[in-house]
Amino acid sequence: MKEQMESVILQCDEVTVDFDGFKAVQGMNLTLARGELRFLIGPNGAGKTTMLDVICGKTKPAVGKVLFGGSRVDITRKKEHQIAELGIGRKFQTPSIFASLTVYENFEIAMKQNRGVFAAMRAKLRKEDAERIAAQLDMVGLADKAQWRAGGLSHGEKQWLEIGMMLLQEPEILLLDEPVAGMTDNETEKTGELLQEIRKKQSIVVVEHDMEFVRNFASFVTVMHEGKLLKEGSMDEVQRDDRVAEVYLGKRRDADASRSTA
Amino acid sequence: MDVIILQLFNGFSISSILLLIALGLSITFGLMKVINMAHGELIMIGAYTAYVVQNLFADYMPASMFGWYFALAIPVSFAVAFVFGLVLEMGLIRFLYGRPLDSLLATWGVGLMLQQLARSIFGAPNVGVKSPAWLDGGMTVGDNVFPYKRLFIIGLVLVCLLVMYLYIYRSHPGRRMRAVMQNREMAACLGISTRRVDATTFAIGSGIAGIAGCALTLIGPIGPTIGTYYIVDAFMVVVLGGVGKLVGTVFGALGIGLSNTLFEYWTTASLGKVLVFLCIVAFLQWKPSGFVAMRSRSLDN
Amino acid sequence: MPIRKLSAQRLWLLAAYTAAAALLFCAPLMLSDFRLNLLAKFLAYAIVALGLDLIWGYTGILSLGHGVFFGLGGYAMAMYLKMDASGGKLPDFMDWSGLTKLPWFWKPFESLPFAIAAGILLPALLALILGFFTFRNRIRGVYFTILTQALVIITTTLFIGQQAYTGGTNGLTGYSKLFGFSLGSPETKRWLYWVTVALLIGAFLLCRFLVKSRFGKVLRAIRDGENRARFIGYNPAIYQMVAFSFSAGLAGLAGMLFVLHVGIISPSMMGIVPSIEMVLWVAIGGRGTLAGAVIGAVLLNYAKSTFSESYPNIWILFMGALFVVVVVFLPKGAAGLFGQFKWLRRRKAADEGADGVRYPAV
Repeated sequence: MKEQMESVILQCDEVTVDFDGFKAVQGMNLTLARGELRFLIGPNGAGKTTMLDVICGKTKPAVGKVLFGGSRVDITRKKEHQIAELGIGRKFQTPSIFASLTVYENFEIAMKQNRGVFAAMRAKLRKEDAERIAAQLDMVGLADKAQWRAGGLSHGEKQWLEIGMMLLQEPEILLLDEPVAGMTDNETEKTGELLQEIRKKQSIVVVEHDMEFVRNFASFVTVMHEGKLLKEGSMDEVQRDDRVAEVYLGKRRDADASRSTA
Repeated sequence: MDVIILQLFNGFSISSILLLIALGLSITFGLMKVINMAHGELIMIGAYTAYVVQNLFADYMPASMFGWYFALAIPVSFAVAFVFGLVLEMGLIRFLYGRPLDSLLATWGVGLMLQQLARSIFGAPNVGVKSPAWLDGGMTVGDNVFPYKRLFIIGLVLVCLLVMYLYIYRSHPGRRMRAVMQNREMAACLGISTRRVDATTFAIGSGIAGIAGCALTLIGPIGPTIGTYYIVDAFMVVVLGGVGKLVGTVFGALGIGLSNTLFEYWTTASLGKVLVFLCIVAFLQWKPSGFVAMRSRSLDN
Repeated sequence: MPIRKLSAQRLWLLAAYTAAAALLFCAPLMLSDFRLNLLAKFLAYAIVALGLDLIWGYTGILSLGHGVFFGLGGYAMAMYLKMDASGGKLPDFMDWSGLTKLPWFWKPFESLPFAIAAGILLPALLALILGFFTFRNRIRGVYFTILTQALVIITTTLFIGQQAYTGGTNGLTGYSKLFGFSLGSPETKRWLYWVTVALLIGAFLLCRFLVKSRFGKVLRAIRDGENRARFIGYNPAIYQMVAFSFSAGLAGLAGMLFVLHVGIISPSMMGIVPSIEMVLWVAIGGRGTLAGAVIGAVLLNYAKSTFSESYPNIWILFMGALFVVVVVFLPKGAAGLFGQFKWLRRRKAADEGADGVRYPAV
């Protein structure tokens, strides 16, 4: 049991989020082990994105705790930038990059570093930093567009840029909200492989609507419905579950439709 | 005690004028994310309209009728400011939607030009508007005298507030306006002409500023820069009250009007202003987006 | 970054900057004393414009309160000069207002080093405090702008109201000597001009360093997406506070120079209209380019001093129209117009992306 505790990197206890009376998340529990790739699925409005918002500090829960890391600090009291500094990175649903900075500059400021004001004034681009950024540029396929302004990239390129920024940030947990939305099949495949690669060192939580993607890459899945935990288990277990079939698989067509219009 | 009552009364009087000015600002900001710095000049236009109506009455109407010029001046001020607002919206504001800071600068430029225009038409010195005789004197309650002019303004503001309330919350155009304010794209999809809603709303807000200007003529002389005197306070009302709901604006106006009067009474005029500012900043520590706030899910809005 | 190649464009730029600096230093040879004094005043304004550009152009925060910071610097210097001119006695305006001894808070201003330090640090501190209570709570965009404007109103009201301590509406004037040299003599004026040029170049280089550093990149990132910057782990409030405070310090420095050149500071020079005019300098020159801010400040003030004397009415109309035209049609100012000549740009590919860049709405 003790060993298990040590391998836990994130533990959400009885998290409830209240939006002016509307309970977007109710008493949600979620435990993430180190090196785990967890998929968070569920129909629209199930509270998946809100759950990610709680973990990264964008939304403060009315009730509940979120314990992070070996020291198990409660991060619900912390500010967003403190949580990010602790080692939780977030990728939003719509690509959010810094439009007027170049691709290279986006990477430069995202890179793990001292983020204080005076450190930033003195910061020099060391050789190893330049190499890391170059490697990252190659990986996300933006090497020849390094000097482009990020605002001029295509939607898919922005997605990759943001993923690259997050990797340079070197968080312990990556929170990804629909990372493959708007990607081609090829890119989706590449993203899936990348996730497998990342989980060797880091933990990942992915919110995803693309069921094929989930089936291909998920080992462990959490299903949410109306703000609550519905079922947790392997993809096979989840697919066999009657309640999941009822609330979720019945609506699969809707979810797929919403993905194709996104 | 009597002094306090009198100060409170003055506070209400100032609040009511601020409310009238801030109503239009709050609505246009909530609806179009546009800050209209020329709003003060729309007040000025309303005030000069009242001045012109008064002069026309003095010149062309029998002296016995003179007292009634003010009854006509209110709707005329509204109409003139309404037209100016409409022209401003169609000619400039619509290019600046969703760019509050840019709209602030551009409309400040417009305000500057309108001031200069007023200066060349009416001259730089202040002009006085003779208030109608039926507003002279005051109501005596105990030892306090409440001037009829101030009471009239408070009444006028209450009427405007009621009309605005009915318009926003009980009429079809008002419902369309709220729909656009909450979700512009969705409203447009449902067949609402957002262009028309924007233009009408902006013009109505401007018209109310015109009424405010008309009311100001009862209090003192008017000049080309009369608007700038009130505009920043009116913006503070919006900051304090929050955007998009009438109740917030009412709260903000009362808060600023009353605290202004009381602090100025307890200290001096200049220190009072400092204290009010500190109170506003302190209040914002507690409620950063004002008394009422609209929520949004987007990351950077 | 490793040693960068001096490309042709960078060489040209360096040459242009050097030429501009040399021209400024040689200006006393070419201009009359009167014109030189005017230019000195404009260059002091250019220092304000640099600071404003840093927070507006680069960080996306519009301050309509820089008149206050400028004024505080001016008052700090003027009070030193005033007390120096009174030669140990109470300054005349305090005497007229019935004060019998110097208020304690003016006492340290008898020392020039203190006055100079205060002229920069007081505005910076005020900005830091205002920034602390606003940026930390994510009060930004127009809300912040309106608060800065309110700051202008209360400060001017306070300075007018506390006549015994500030000289009231008339402000501080009637001093003529610095270190015993007459401020009015051409000799002193020339020296003050050179000091101003040196400080302007210093301020320019400092701003350029900040903008090019990673600090500057984070500022631009905050402008593009404040919350996004937060989720990478930056605390935007601290960055905004530092930038705002630095910018206010520059305005204070400019205010001190202004007093030395013009010989008066009064509440009307820190009011709403001068404050917003400062923004116009930056808007015209082009926000987001430091050289643009300097050029905008000098050009607009040159135009103002040329036209406003003979046609004051037309000047106001012109200024109003300028605001509208620049904001609606030229959001990048003169520098943006200049930049449209493609051959001046190095990164052709980047240009296509540049069109997608918009200044943030709030």
